[in-house]
Amino acid sequence: MYAFSFKRAASIEEAAALFKGGDDPQYLAGGQTLIPTLKQRLAAPSDLIEINRIEGLKGIGEEEGAIVIGAGVTHAEVAASDLVRARLPGLAALAGEIGDPQVRHRGTLGGSVANNDPAADYPAGVLALDAEIRTAQRSIPADDYFQGMFETALEEGELITSVAFKVPEKSAYAKFPNPASRYAMVGVYVAKFADGVRVAVTGAGPGVFRVPEIEAALSKDFTEAALAGISVSAEGLNSDLHGSADYRAHLVGVMARRAVAS
Amino acid sequence: MGIQKFGIGQAVRRKEDDRFLTGRGNYIDDINKPDQAYLLILRSPHAHARILSVDTDMAKDMEGVLAIITGQDFEEAGYGHLSCAMPMTRRDGSPLATSHEWLLARDTVRYVGQPVAGVIAETKAQAQEALDSIFVDYDILEAITTPEAAKAADAPQLWETAPGNESAYWEKGDKDATDRAFAEADHTIKVQLNQNRITSATMEPRGAVASYDDTQDRYELYVSCQGAHNMQQGIARELMKIDPAKLHVISPDVGGGFGMKAAAFPEYVVALHGARQIGRPVKWIADRSESFLSDSHSRYSSTTGELAFDNDGTIRGLRVYTTATVGAYNTGYGPLQFTFAEGRWIASAYKIPAAHLVSEMYFTNTAPMNAYRGAGRPEAAYVTERLVDVAARTLGMDQAAFRRRNFVTPDMMPHKAWNGLDVHSSDFDQVLTKALEMSDWDGFTARKQDSEARGLRRGIGLAYYFETAAAGVEGARVAFTADGKAKVYVGTQSNGQGHETVFAQVVVDQLGLDFDDIEIVQGDTDLLARGNGTGGSRSAQMASGSIRVVGETVIEKGRGVAAEILQSVPEKVAFETQDEVGTFVVADSGASVTLKDVIQHAATPQGNALDSDGVYKAQGGSEPNGCHICEVEIDPETGKVAIARYTVVDDFGTVLNPAIVDGQVLGGLAQGIGQVLLEECVYDPDSGQLLTGSFSDYAMPRADDLVMTELGYCEIKDESNPLGVKGCGEAGTTGALPATVNAIVDALSDLGVQELEMPATPQKIWALMQKAR
Repeated sequence: MYAFSFKRAASIEEAAALFKGGDDPQYLAGGQTLIPTLKQRLAAPSDLIEINRIEGLKGIGEEEGAIVIGAGVTHAEVAASDLVRARLPGLAALAGEIGDPQVRHRGTLGGSVANNDPAADYPAGVLALDAEIRTAQRSIPADDYFQGMFETALEEGELITSVAFKVPEKSAYAKFPNPASRYAMVGVYVAKFADGVRVAVTGAGPGVFRVPEIEAALSKDFTEAALAGISVSAEGLNSDLHGSADYRAHLVGVMARRAVAS
Repeated sequence: MGIQKFGIGQAVRRKEDDRFLTGRGNYIDDINKPDQAYLLILRSPHAHARILSVDTDMAKDMEGVLAIITGQDFEEAGYGHLSCAMPMTRRDGSPLATSHEWLLARDTVRYVGQPVAGVIAETKAQAQEALDSIFVDYDILEAITTPEAAKAADAPQLWETAPGNESAYWEKGDKDATDRAFAEADHTIKVQLNQNRITSATMEPRGAVASYDDTQDRYELYVSCQGAHNMQQGIARELMKIDPAKLHVISPDVGGGFGMKAAAFPEYVVALHGARQIGRPVKWIADRSESFLSDSHSRYSSTTGELAFDNDGTIRGLRVYTTATVGAYNTGYGPLQFTFAEGRWIASAYKIPAAHLVSEMYFTNTAPMNAYRGAGRPEAAYVTERLVDVAARTLGMDQAAFRRRNFVTPDMMPHKAWNGLDVHSSDFDQVLTKALEMSDWDGFTARKQDSEARGLRRGIGLAYYFETAAAGVEGARVAFTADGKAKVYVGTQSNGQGHETVFAQVVVDQLGLDFDDIEIVQGDTDLLARGNGTGGSRSAQMASGSIRVVGETVIEKGRGVAAEILQSVPEKVAFETQDEVGTFVVADSGASVTLKDVIQHAATPQGNALDSDGVYKAQGGSEPNGCHICEVEIDPETGKVAIARYTVVDDFGTVLNPAIVDGQVLGGLAQGIGQVLLEECVYDPDSGQLLTGSFSDYAMPRADDLVMTELGYCEIKDESNPLGVKGCGEAGTTGALPATVNAIVDALSDLGVQELEMPATPQKIWALMQKAR
């Protein structure tokens, strides 16, 4: 780990100010990706600005029919939230399957969405549930937010404050974990809205993506059978030790069916 | 029947767990010396390269840097190199190729992670900064990572002394007789088998804390290892060329060794040398990335196995042809697992009229190979039981019936197996029969239907393993403290197996002392003259043997003291342990005194008159054997294999502590199933870089990869040792490989699948099913 100066922000404004004053600053939320990265000396920020105690990033509530979850809310809190379990059971289940209990009690929604790891679970839920990513400055629709591997629409220093999820008629997430890391090798989130179905896939490609052919088929007929003839192209999908692109393409279909079935 | 609470056979709760489970264990990183400095190791980033220069100028002047140690320093110090002690030869009969691994690389590096230099600084961070400022000029050479690549005509040559990269060649059995058997038999089958390359991934990484006392000219080394005495001998004699008495080795609590920690590693010598150079203690702890790169790897071979048999299931002949790599260097027991070890255990439980085994080993640009839990036992069981499984399928014969037809039976024992191994204390059919019952083998069809109703494939696999435990010589010593407690010094050493508890039980059983008054002491070369450490499933047999030798002396001496107290003569005093209380009784008068009182009576200012030591020499290795029955469910859509049901019946002879033995079997199973389904070290074939350098890519088994397992025992006493115990440390791993793979193959048999490659990852199983379609 390289040396850095540690600063703790008490408010969103203070966090932004500290960030501005830093040479090569970095926000620290749950630290579930950042801390291991620092330990491996793969990052050398000048300042770490800890944002875990900012009240404005906490809380889960309902706003005009949407479920709004603070960026600083941990995965465990989302998984255990009565409101999320009642209105977005698919998302609560997704949060409850991230990593292990230690990760779930430290890692935050905002941290995961800001990092946009191509194998993280949350991006699939955020994209399929047509969420809005809210920052101190603006609100970004999920379709515009995710821009490929570890890339997002966030500007330098822009801090996610909350994510507002639309509430579908029903939704579910099915994940096939990587045998080693237990990150999603393929994770598919299916959300059925009154005006159509959104399907988002994580783990399979360089970033989270939607699958128009599956969305179209399910929008017509929301059953497993509707997916029978559909195959997803392996082109552009990830290929590594644990799964070839072909295998991942196959799993997208399988996980989509399982999400629909559940 | 008297009260039995802490004696042999009782599931006594582990003494050591209180400190382990409350964070008070004393592992290597818990050792801190006043004024200690930190050592970090610079490792080769290349798989194969010539070292043109090592420039430490900038690093040595950096803040906090105390010393930088390179191969040149070691050459000047006259240190030796890591070598292989196995009596091996090559194909042309010449001795094992010379492949000296310098402790710190001199001219050439041959695997990624090979130590090149050591940096000692006031803090770890300063050492890291300096490490980054050492500039090594490498001339990168072409790398090879597989035996197949090593054999190729145009392959880069790793050693001038090893043409064709050949490390060793080994042959056993009778080729002509085997050829005849294959020509005459009704059936022959051939199966391609692989062993995946795995690492032990000990929970506690390797580490050392070294100091040097110049007033005594003596080194002290705390090290996480499998045997303090072996470490002392290896480092002092072979590496540093000093009198072993000048090196005091202490091995505190150890969090897993599995064979990997048996050998000396370069970092320990760098720490010792550095401690002397700077006149301060030096600490080195491997981080996980270093462990993946520089711990020895194991298994990894490919084998063509062939079996010849008649229509009635009688085995006629066996062929086993193996190709393997020893890594970049022949070190430690590198070639053992593919040769002598396998040759000892392949099909030793069966009547084999003719066999022929050949193993060829090659150098590759990969981490050196060494033993890993089983060290040839799992490999042998895998070849044997995969072949037997396929043979029974070929005949359409019941798996149990095929094995029974070929088993060595008790009425034949003692029996010389095809390879000369003595088989003397077993009843394979008894164990097999119990396993079939416990597993409800006959109910499988109904369970298969149930799985199929849930859309899953189901398979069942049976494997019978037979192995022998390591033996040799072991010392022990007992010293009684002023308050009458027994300190028992043993030369074997726990790596987490619970020796403190089990060996205390052996003492209770023999001497009838209070369990809480017995302390087992291990892992310190100053406290006991000799020891051979843990390995090869030897500890239960060897430590209990040596403890009993010493116990006999204690009783003998105690009889004299008791005679004085009881005003009798030693010849009339008998010793008994009624209700776990050791008591001396005069035969005619019935007068008695407890051993505890005798010990107090025998206390002197110089020690206790009953203090004793002794050495136990084993007649031979015990013969653990048993039957594993595994059932798997396979998700046909994803290829994921889940263990659905698992039954193990072992014959470990006398079971000293069933709870601890259960734990040994379950831990072994986890490592065996881990190898079958998940674990693999993968090198990039072009660059020789290790692709599985962290737990993100090296898949370890977790609780939910396993299943609640039914365990049973047949306690057929082993004739080779006084308590009749058989080693239990490696058996779980040994049986798990063939049983699990046999179950997976069974689940896919209707698709014509007869072979599969470990690890059987979801992707591979899915691809197999795709291909079969």
